[in-house]
Amino acid sequence: MPETVFQRPESLLPVVTHYCPGCTHGVIHRLVGEVLDELGLRERTVGVAPVGCSVLAYNYFNTDFQEASHGRAPAVATGIKRARPDLIVFTYQGDGDLASIGMAEIVHCANRGEKVTVVFVNNAIYGMTGGQMAPTTMPNQVATTCPLGRDVEQTGHPIRVVELLSTLRTPAFIARAAVHTPLHAVRAKAMLRQAFQHQVEGTCFSMVEVLSTCPTNWGMPPGEACDWVEKNMVPYYPLGVFKTPDDISRAPLPKAQ
Amino acid sequence: MAKKLMKGSEAIGEAAIQAGCRLFFGYPITPQNEIPEYMSLRLPQVGGRFVQAESEVAASNMLYGASGSGERVMTSSSSPGISLMSEGISYLAGAELPVVIVNIMRAGPGLGGILPSQSDYFQATKGGAHGDFRLLVLAPWSVQEAANLVQDAFDLADYYRNPVLVLGDGLIGQMMEPVEFQEGRSPCKELQPKTWASTGFKGDRPRAVINSLFLDPEELERHNFKLKAKFDAMVRDEIRCDEIGTEEDYDVLIVACGTVARVCSTAMEELREQGIRTAMVRPVTLFPYPYAAVRRAAAKAKAVLVVELSTGQMIEDVSLAVRATRPIHFHCRVGGMLVSPEEVIAKVKAILAGESEEVDYA
Repeated sequence: MPETVFQRPESLLPVVTHYCPGCTHGVIHRLVGEVLDELGLRERTVGVAPVGCSVLAYNYFNTDFQEASHGRAPAVATGIKRARPDLIVFTYQGDGDLASIGMAEIVHCANRGEKVTVVFVNNAIYGMTGGQMAPTTMPNQVATTCPLGRDVEQTGHPIRVVELLSTLRTPAFIARAAVHTPLHAVRAKAMLRQAFQHQVEGTCFSMVEVLSTCPTNWGMPPGEACDWVEKNMVPYYPLGVFKTPDDISRAPLPKAQ
Repeated sequence: MAKKLMKGSEAIGEAAIQAGCRLFFGYPITPQNEIPEYMSLRLPQVGGRFVQAESEVAASNMLYGASGSGERVMTSSSSPGISLMSEGISYLAGAELPVVIVNIMRAGPGLGGILPSQSDYFQATKGGAHGDFRLLVLAPWSVQEAANLVQDAFDLADYYRNPVLVLGDGLIGQMMEPVEFQEGRSPCKELQPKTWASTGFKGDRPRAVINSLFLDPEELERHNFKLKAKFDAMVRDEIRCDEIGTEEDYDVLIVACGTVARVCSTAMEELREQGIRTAMVRPVTLFPYPYAAVRRAAAKAKAVLVVELSTGQMIEDVSLAVRATRPIHFHCRVGGMLVSPEEVIAKVKAILAGESEEVDYA
């Protein structure tokens, strides 16, 4: 009997996605799907889709889904998880959605320690609306609303969400990964697995930022886009685990008397 | 159950719990803070959960998630907070999610003031957010009625899979009155199990996707017409109004809702003692609006008087009902000032003496 060594995860639907050639959303979908399969979570998972390129994620995952308004996925996830703590709830959000319009929702979701998992896909640009500047756009990076390159004097520096959230005292698992090489993808999957595992155990809020490519709006072929991630994004957005729930230095303070 | 003396806000909270509400998401704003405060203590006692959201925007989206997973859920706020929730309310209506929203209105626009008002009538009844949708709007005039309507609101929301708004002015929230909760109350509508809710896909039903995005215009048109059919059914089946003295003869018909109608009813008693005959139609549902009842009652009167705590919002619906067959007069106090029975009495007398100018809606 031949052994099946590679197949579509059951957590992904057998459909063609609308993502552009060379975009790494597909890889990240697959990694999430594999983790849900391996942890046996598919049947009790509810995903929350954002507004942005992954707005149609509910058509690609073989789980129940809710489509949130722009930036509010962590609030929607809070509602689901508080209503049904037995469900596994994850949001899948881009950088415009999470780091710009949804900054309040992600900060407070993390700070309340909601037992949900956030998959944060950072490609340093607004993809779906056609390549506008995002809060994560790199200095001097060209976008349609900064055609001469991002001027940090006018628009500030790119926001490092993982570092920002890691300052919160509430226990959490917060990490940053990338998928521009197979090795990075393998590491990203391990982080996603840890993130979901924390939710299964009810330990804490968990989030994995994944550096992603946008060949279409960056205006370069997919291979070059992967090199661009390595050269420009990874130095500014370092990879690794930034916060774990057992981080003793951030243990809760004594309760007020 | 024995009658209890309760503050309106607390009665609203207790009514929600009696109706099976187990989740509350809200953000502090005067003059309705007693509702979230009550819920934060009471919900954990019945196995429920209370979350103080970071904003009304977030609260309305938490409602979306919780309702989308099939639970009975409520929020309360006051006027500026409802404006912030309007994003969520539009998505809730689009995704056909049942929730109960309580607006204890304060005077606006902008930050306005914190005292009672009815200045959100347009916002409540004419959309209030982007897109083509309606809220079912219930307007209580007493603490007891607020408690009853909140319980009905959960049934109506579930039945129509649509947000239901309980619209009270600041008086309803703050005053104390005796309230009685019905024991073993049965739902006011026949309700189906929420098989559409996102509770995990095990293959025993279609995959649940809670969503208001329809990129195909033909599909969205079908969705819009489906929503329209629900709003039409509300107009057909859910109109509620209270009529006082419309069986007898009268010269002036008063149309007022909420606590203003109570002030008017006091004025009507005094006018009766003076031999002046009036009647009142008090809309309880503001959408759907009781146009037929207002039209019928107006036909028996010489003139119609609309009394509001706004500079004239519900009067447009009265005008639609009366269709220029009777002169319409208007009296209001705004900015948090209240209408007094004496003002209503003086206005009715002025109308009958030909000393009140009618409102021209032609």
